[in-house]
Parts: sequence; C-alpha cells; structure tokens
Amino acid sequence: MKPLRKLLNKIKPSFKKGGKLEKLFPAFDAIETFLFVPDHTTASKGAHVRDAIDLKRTMILVVLSLIPCLLFGMWNVGYQHYQALGIMDSSLLDNFVFGSIKVVPLVLVSYGAGLSTEFIFAIIRKHTINEGFLVSGMLIPLIMPIDVPLWMVAVSTIFAVIIGKEVFGGTGMNILNPALTARAFLFFAYPSKMSGNEVWINTSTVKGQAVVDAYSGATPLGDAAAGLADKIPSVMEAFIGAIPGSVGETSTIACLIGAAILLYTGIGSWRIMSSVFVGGFLMALIFNWFGLNTLMQIAPLHHLVLGGFAFGAVFMATDPVSAAQTNNGKYIYGFLIGMLAILFRVFNPAYPEGMMLAILFMNVMAPLIDHYVVAANINRRLKRVKPIQNQNG
Amino acid sequence: MNIKLTGEATKSVLDMPIAEIFAIKPLDFIGLTPKLLIKKGDTVLAGTPLFYNKNNEAVTLCSPVSGEVVEILRGEKRVILEIKILADREIKYFPFHKSNPNDLNREEIVELLLKSGVWPFIRQRPYGIIANPCEIPKSIFISAFDSNPLAPDTNFIMSDSDTHFQTGLDALKKLTDGKIHLNVRDDPTPASIFANAKGVQLNKISGPHPAGNVGVQIHHIDPVNKGEAVWYINPQDVLIIGKLFKEGKFDATRVVALTGSQINAPKYYKTIVGTSIKNSIADGGLKKGENRIISGSILSGNQIPADGYLGFYDSQITVIPEGNEFEFMGWLKPGFNKFSISRTFFSWLSPNKKHDLNTNLHGEERPFVITGEYEKVFPMDIYPVHLLKSILIEDIDMMEKLGIYEVVEEDFALCEFVCTSKIKSQDIIRHGLDIVRKEFC
Repeated sequence: MKPLRKLLNKIKPSFKKGGKLEKLFPAFDAIETFLFVPDHTTASKGAHVRDAIDLKRTMILVVLSLIPCLLFGMWNVGYQHYQALGIMDSSLLDNFVFGSIKVVPLVLVSYGAGLSTEFIFAIIRKHTINEGFLVSGMLIPLIMPIDVPLWMVAVSTIFAVIIGKEVFGGTGMNILNPALTARAFLFFAYPSKMSGNEVWINTSTVKGQAVVDAYSGATPLGDAAAGLADKIPSVMEAFIGAIPGSVGETSTIACLIGAAILLYTGIGSWRIMSSVFVGGFLMALIFNWFGLNTLMQIAPLHHLVLGGFAFGAVFMATDPVSAAQTNNGKYIYGFLIGMLAILFRVFNPAYPEGMMLAILFMNVMAPLIDHYVVAANINRRLKRVKPIQNQNG
Repeated sequence: MNIKLTGEATKSVLDMPIAEIFAIKPLDFIGLTPKLLIKKGDTVLAGTPLFYNKNNEAVTLCSPVSGEVVEILRGEKRVILEIKILADREIKYFPFHKSNPNDLNREEIVELLLKSGVWPFIRQRPYGIIANPCEIPKSIFISAFDSNPLAPDTNFIMSDSDTHFQTGLDALKKLTDGKIHLNVRDDPTPASIFANAKGVQLNKISGPHPAGNVGVQIHHIDPVNKGEAVWYINPQDVLIIGKLFKEGKFDATRVVALTGSQINAPKYYKTIVGTSIKNSIADGGLKKGENRIISGSILSGNQIPADGYLGFYDSQITVIPEGNEFEFMGWLKPGFNKFSISRTFFSWLSPNKKHDLNTNLHGEERPFVITGEYEKVFPMDIYPVHLLKSILIEDIDMMEKLGIYEVVEEDFALCEFVCTSKIKSQDIIRHGLDIVRKEFC
C-alpha cells in the first residue's frame, strides 16, 4: 500500500493549515484515517502504550453484528412480498434478490444523506468526522418499513444527524439515539407511511400479479392490538422472524446472533441487554395476571420475540452515548425500557409497537438515573467522613 | 488487568556501569518551586543541599553523590530542568548523626529527615506531592509490590536487604499517630524482610494490576477524605531512611530494572538515584529502530532521552519501539497480534501470549463514547468518567465529591490504556489536582 500512502503524503500539505484546500481538511482526514490508522504516538508522559481498539473498530463491529439482521431482512422482504402476491414457492434467491433491490437503496440513501450531513458539519465546525454514523447509517434502514419512500429516509436521516446529534455537539454528546430520532421523526411527520397495514409488506405488482384478496399486511402487534389473537404468529415463527415488520427487526434469532457478537467482543452492554429482557418479561407477566385483552394475554416470552423488542434491546438500548452511563444505572435503565415497551404496547392503541417510544423516553431519563446513582456514591463518600468528625468533636 | 509484555528483567543484580553524571530534576516533584543553594562549579558531598522548596522552605533536596556541579540546565522561562553533578570515583558522604529512631522524638526525626534530603521520598495523598512536614498523617502506606507491566520484582530487590529496613520503619512509625500499612502480594513466600517487619500492619493483597498501586490500597484500607492526608513511600526508600539513622549518611542507592522489548539483555542494576542511564542502556544493548526510553512504568512514566537521567521516584527504565507509522486499514484487520482488553481482535485466541507493544495511539482522540470500560479496570468506588468530566468543566465542588483527593495520575493509567476514545485521562487528573491544590494549599 506504499503508492497509496505516497499519494496521500503528497496531497496532504494542501489540506493542512495554509494550504489551498485547508477548509476541506476534515474530509481529507476522514478518508486518510479510514485508509490508514494514523502515525499518532502517545504523549511523552502518561500511558506510553495503548489498547489496539479505537472507535472505528468498535463501530465496524457493531455494523458487523447487524449483518445477520440485514441479510435476514433482505430475504424476508422478498418472502413477504411473494407471499402477499400468492406466490408461495418463491426460491431463497428470488426472495433475496427482490429484498436486495428494495433494501440496498434504503441503506445507500441513509449512508449517503447522513455522511454528507456529517461532512458538511465537520467542515463548517472544523472538527474531525466521527465514526458514530457508521452504525446509525445501518440502523436507520433496518428500522424502516419497507415501503417508505427514499426521500423520506433521506429527510429523516438528515433530521436525525442535525437535531439528534450535531446540535448537541456531535458524536458522544447526543441525548437521543440518532437512529430512533429518524424513525420518530417519520412516525410523527408521516404517520401513514410508518404505521397501519399498508407499509410493512411491499405489494407492488410489477409483473401484473394481483395481490391476494384480503391479505393483511399488519404486523403481529397490529393484529394483536386489533384483538385478532389467532393471527399472531407463534413464538417459533416470531423467533425465526418470517413475519411482517420493519426491515431488520423481525427475526429474534438474527438479533441474538448480533447480541452474541456484541457481548463476546465486549462492546455491547450485557447489563442493559439482560435487564431490558427481564423488565419486559416481568411486565408481560404482570399483564398476564389481568389478561383483559389480547395484548395483555400474550405470554411473556411471546412478547419478547414480537415486533422490535429484541432488536431494540440489542442494538438500540445499548447505544453507549444515549443510555445510562453508570453500571448500576444501566440495570435500572434497561429494566425500565423493557417494562415501558410492554406497557406502551398494551395501553397505546395508536401505536402497538412500544419499543421505540420506550427507548426514546428512557434516553431522556438516563441522565437523571445517572444523577441519582452518582449521588448515592457521593453520599457514601460523605458518610465515610462522619466518624472522624465525631472523634474530633 | 495484567498486560503481558516481552522484555522482563532477568533476576540478577549487577553494579551499574559507573555513571559519571548524576542529575536531580526539580520537575520530578509536583508543585515544588526550587530555590537554588549551589551554583555551577561548587563541590558537594552526598547529602549537601542543592535547593529548597520556595513554597515550603523546610523541604530541601540534597545531592545523591559527591562531586562537582557541572551544569544547571534551564528551560523556558528559566525553569530549572536538571542540576547535573559530575560524581567522584569514591563517594564522600556528608556526616549526619547516627542514631536509633526509637530514642528520638517526632520533631528530631523530622528534622533529620528534612536536613539530610531524605524527606522528599515521603509523599502524600491528596495530590501526590512531597509530604508536608507540618502535618501529621492519619497513616503511612508502603506498597511492597509493583503490579505494573514489566515492573521490577520488589521481593527480589529487597531479598538481600538487612536490618536497615526495620530501622526505616521505626522512624516512620514516629511520624504518624495511625498505622503503617505494609502491603504485600498475597503470596505464600513474601520476602522475609516484609514478613518479619515489626510495628506495622501487614496487609496481603491479591489481584491483577493495579492492585500494587498504593492509591488503590489506600482507597480500600484507609481512604483519604477532604482535610486528611495519608503518606506513602517506596520500600527501597525506607531502606535509605534506615541507612541514614544507622550509618549517618544519605546513601541513595537503589536497584533499578532495565526492561522492555527493545533491550537485548534486560536486567537489574544497583545504582544511585538520579543516575545517567546512558551507560546502562549501552550495557543492556538496544535493538535497532526508533526507540522510546521511559523512566518509570510503561503506563505512567516519563519519556527521557537516551542520555537522560532516572527519575527521583523510579526504579525502572523501559525501552519500547516507537509506533509512528501508518497502518493500512489497521482498524479493519483481524489483529492476531494486537493487544486489547476487548475481544475485538483475534488476539483473544492467545491470551497468554506476551506482546511487544509500541507507542502508537491506535486511533485518534474522540469524545467519550464508550461507557463502562474505565470501570472494568478501575477498582475504586469512584466514578472515573464522571470525575474526569467534572475536571473538564473545572467544577471543584463536584471534583471533591467524586473523589479527587484519592487519586493521582497512575490510578488512571489503565483507564488511559483501555480508552477507546484515546483520552489523556492522566493529564486531566493532574489538571484537576492542580486546580484543587491551588485553591486550598
């Protein structure tokens, strides 16, 4: 890779201070550091050696852990499409090809819009481009319904980057999870494209086929909210995930593969993940005792595999920046997300999927949780002093 | 967390090839403003005062060797960087009174320690500065093992020491109303010098690094609160105190480990505080390439030049390769040879492998993003990231509440090592300590 390095070294001076393209330095820096881990060395005082991990490595591993969900989503989009058209014997390849045609543009638009916004902000603010969007850019298409128009993805992504992140100072400073901000933005701005029965399955009939009469494209939770208990897929079906829903969130098994990667590499917080599931399980159990409507009667385990619960627990709740930052806070934070997600499902008739709102709500609450956890530590510290003061007095 | 590195010292002590020049570096002492007592060309004995602390005039720093002051090196704003002394072949000592510390009272002991230049070996928490002789500490800590990577083995260094150690302990005992905590590794066979120590509380401590850091030990045994002070001293320096009383001389002899992957023959040397490292490095043999020489631990030491001098408190010199090179797609590679506490590189397949780390930062500095990673390596009941953030916004009240008095740089060394965002935690901590010290000292 020496020729490439030589080329970069040659053009680097024009991007440096005083160079012709000085203003574009963040863009150059982003490309250079993407290609080469820089030659920066540790300071002359302090830790002279450093762990090999950096933010790029961390983020790329999260993206990697999302790949099972992405691949499964691509297949499922095709599978649902052909099912809706009454074509029951579509091959794996057919499904996958159709899914790719639908999903890849979503991914490209998300990365394109988001990274452009990041570049512009970096250049205006003269800071380096951070890696946070590598993950958000993948998360956004995975939590969209398949029929969402591409321009909406672009608009919501730009909204998420600006309002969700850059106004707070960029990666590391944001309060809300940027990907969920994008989804929430669309949900409130264009509700007809983000909920209901029409958006979850692509039913375009390119080859002149007719959609099967009375085919419902509702998500399982939509059906449950409507009281259609018999239409809810079984635990196993939901676990595998060949059901309608957002692109990447239907398959619990794909989410769990991702979770395994995140937990094994030590990137995802096991505290948050496990407490979300525990919280959701307990809340569903409580509702089971009442059992007043279909949603309340869904068994706890069943709740956890439906909708975006697993996806949210594994990839959204664990976002290190918007989640609680203290270890004890993480248990509380995750537990409440799990509980609230089920609560919203059951009591919010307009919106049967509760995970998004639960996480966004707890994003806002996370600093408060941390505040109390830290306050407890401060009190412990103060208590330690008392016996000594007594001795003196 | 233990970082396994290549370049451990073999266990044999050699006399260091005689260094001609010795240096005392005022910058080794935090918060000390030196006022010189000698000038270039003066001849000194081992134990002759070189300068005193303008902020606390009782504290003097004495020459560790006898000879001629050949240079007083100054830096920007005329800050004194090094006072260099060309040593005599045979070291002549300034004669102090021989005495038994058990027969002296506290004032007499303090006076002798201050006069002889031995006092600066005693440091205090908070701030990690030279102990204030006007205060009485609530306890004194001696960490009798160093858990840093490639650290010298204290049991080995102290194994042939004699009764001077006990004399040193007797003197220290008079300085505090509280206990002397002698902390050894939970090991079936601690050096007899520690196991047989009298008048101390012997604490056995187990666990990976930073279990040997005195700050962690203080936190768990007798934590520092606002308004209190705990003193600490290295075991080798207790010996120096002992010799002062028994032999009446300031004999700053110390065993130093020359370590690191870039040294051909890592080993221990017997030398004197402030020694030039030039000859020993030449003796150990440097490997080819661009090297970094560090006085102290690889996690919190200071870089020094190849003809530099050992730091006042250090008993280790480490040489590792510089890592100032670009690595194509380094963040994407499988990384069988990369060391990481996370399992994001395939090196986790070989957990016992010894690594040869260089000084590359492995990435760029970023804001705090990843959470929980500091807590994994920070065994105190303190929220490290919150403390750092309170320092960044210079909120003194919050720093106090979050435990600034209990930490110094080395306690955050592992945090700095593991930090994904490549934040200079140790710098931040020192900045916080400076702010608090200026406010209250």
